[in-house]
Amino acid sequence: MLTYLRRSAAQVVFVLLGIALINFFLLHLAPGDAAQVLAGESGAATPEYMEALRRQFGLDQPLHVQFLRYLGNLVTFDLGYSFRQSLPVSELILQRLPATLLLMGTAIGFALVAGCSLGFLAARRAGKLTDTVISIVALLFYATPVFWVGIMLIVVFSVILDWLPVGGMTSVEANLSGLALVGDVALHLVLPAVTLGLFYLAIYARLMRAAMLEVYGQDFVRTARAKGVRPRRIAWRHVLRNALLPIVTTLGVQLGSILGGAVLVETVFSWPGLGRLAFAALFQRDLNLLLGILFCSSVVVVLVNIAVDLVYTLLDPRIELN
Amino acid sequence: MSDPVSSEPVLAVDGLSIGFQTRRGLLPAVRELSFSVRSGEMLAIVGESGCGKSLTALALLGLVPPPGRVTGGTVRLEGRDLLALDEAALRRVRGARMSMIFQEPMTALNPVLTVGEQIMEAILEHEAVSRKAARERTLALLERVRIPDPERRFAEYPHRLSGGMRQRVMIAMALAGAPAVLVADEPTTALDVTIQAQILGLIDELRREQGTAVVFITHDLGVVSRYVDRVLVMYAGRKVEERDTRDLFAGPLHPYTRGLIAAQPRAGAGAAGAERERLAEIPGTVPALAAMPPGCAFAPRCPLADARCVQAVPPPRRAGSGLVACHHAGETHAL
Repeated sequence: MLTYLRRSAAQVVFVLLGIALINFFLLHLAPGDAAQVLAGESGAATPEYMEALRRQFGLDQPLHVQFLRYLGNLVTFDLGYSFRQSLPVSELILQRLPATLLLMGTAIGFALVAGCSLGFLAARRAGKLTDTVISIVALLFYATPVFWVGIMLIVVFSVILDWLPVGGMTSVEANLSGLALVGDVALHLVLPAVTLGLFYLAIYARLMRAAMLEVYGQDFVRTARAKGVRPRRIAWRHVLRNALLPIVTTLGVQLGSILGGAVLVETVFSWPGLGRLAFAALFQRDLNLLLGILFCSSVVVVLVNIAVDLVYTLLDPRIELN
Repeated sequence: MSDPVSSEPVLAVDGLSIGFQTRRGLLPAVRELSFSVRSGEMLAIVGESGCGKSLTALALLGLVPPPGRVTGGTVRLEGRDLLALDEAALRRVRGARMSMIFQEPMTALNPVLTVGEQIMEAILEHEAVSRKAARERTLALLERVRIPDPERRFAEYPHRLSGGMRQRVMIAMALAGAPAVLVADEPTTALDVTIQAQILGLIDELRREQGTAVVFITHDLGVVSRYVDRVLVMYAGRKVEERDTRDLFAGPLHPYTRGLIAAQPRAGAGAAGAERERLAEIPGTVPALAAMPPGCAFAPRCPLADARCVQAVPPPRRAGSGLVACHHAGETHAL
């Protein structure tokens, strides 16, 4: 266990270094820089003014110097300064990160639990009506664009039924605290989490059904039947455990992409998360902020993948850590 | 063989037919198969791949996978017709009165459960005993099948065990309910020769001690000849010969059986007369299910076949200690 953690820590360092390098150069490949955008907005783009801006932000330095300085700052978790928002990047990110993690965690949790349950049910009733209905619904969720689902959910549950808030993370008018605040956030969380989760729910439902049916065809299931194990127990104890393995693998792969999906959902529901911050930073060419967000999300994805590896070893005794 | 074999059969199969439901209709895979085994007796069902022997084994426990299904006959275990039972009643028989071990010990055990849990499950699913009692019995079973250090093996996952050990675990699992009949579907095929002998010896010993009837499915006559009391030879879904082991080897009556015995490599042959002792083979292949000839299925490969063989399926006839289904049974040994 310790050996494994030490080895993965070494890997993490290399991965993060690579990510930092790629992030940095990708963004510099795009034409234009922050000075141009700032100058363009202020309307007075004299060459002298731009030169001054660049010198002030260190943008006149050669690329490799800028990169080395960036790396040096990363080590001390100094992600630089957002010249657009006039705040340190780390502060901006820390403000937004909890909201995004909450949204992602809830959406993934919802998708996993509901998706796996539906897939489990469909596999146990394979070929019957329940299976057909679940498969069609899953296909529908899978094929529907996330933003459209979001808008439709708002129309139905917020506008027509008036059950849930339209957007935001807390009610603006009320000054809540304690349990009331938790309840308020939870209420605001429902629609964005469901919207983000539905697509993944569809994936897990389909994957779970396929995995279960595959495991049902394995020799050890025949062995279990031959020793007289109840069908219910076969499903829960023999098939489910083995069918969860591909689900966990997929989960690890998808955690990165769900962060991308969060951008759309956060925009539709005005959720104050990292996704919207990244979106804004991209359009404003807020290079430092964007790099900081990309770097932080990489850290999150890498850490989560290590956690997924650990979960995998718990589920499958054949995988050993060392 | 002089074992204490009771006279009343514990398992009696009568007219068992199994077919595959396809778009072009029902393809018969096993036809009107009848046999019986008594307590403590070991019967081998021998035949080439695809002759229906594994399907027969699965049918005994009601485990024929779709699109296959049993289309006729009875399987009487201790007087009860299993084919007439519903799934719930059948489940209570499986693993308790009749159990099965399989060919592939590598894949027949669940990789994510410890071997102890898997054996205990066979006890707990049938009897209202405490987990502690089930655990004690599991440890005793592991010791019974000669797995060293049972306490440690109990908590081990299958991938940590060798093929032979896994097959021992399978046997322990099958014995958990002290069944009247043990069905063994090629349990030694995937193992090394030395391990094969150990596993066979173990099964033989257990049936002698506990009086379990054993139905041993195999494609290898030589492997089982030392242990089994009777041999049933299947060809293309039918029984072609059933005899006491000694009689069968002394004078096989069906041309197919003769071919099978001639195709066995004999110890000691070889070096000296390598040229003369070239291993015999049976020319041709088993006919496909969809293209079964109207007469004797073996006729296209048989050196004795004549017009009668092509037209009519030979009915089983009494022959000494057993039965044979051949128009030319025992006519000549020249092959």
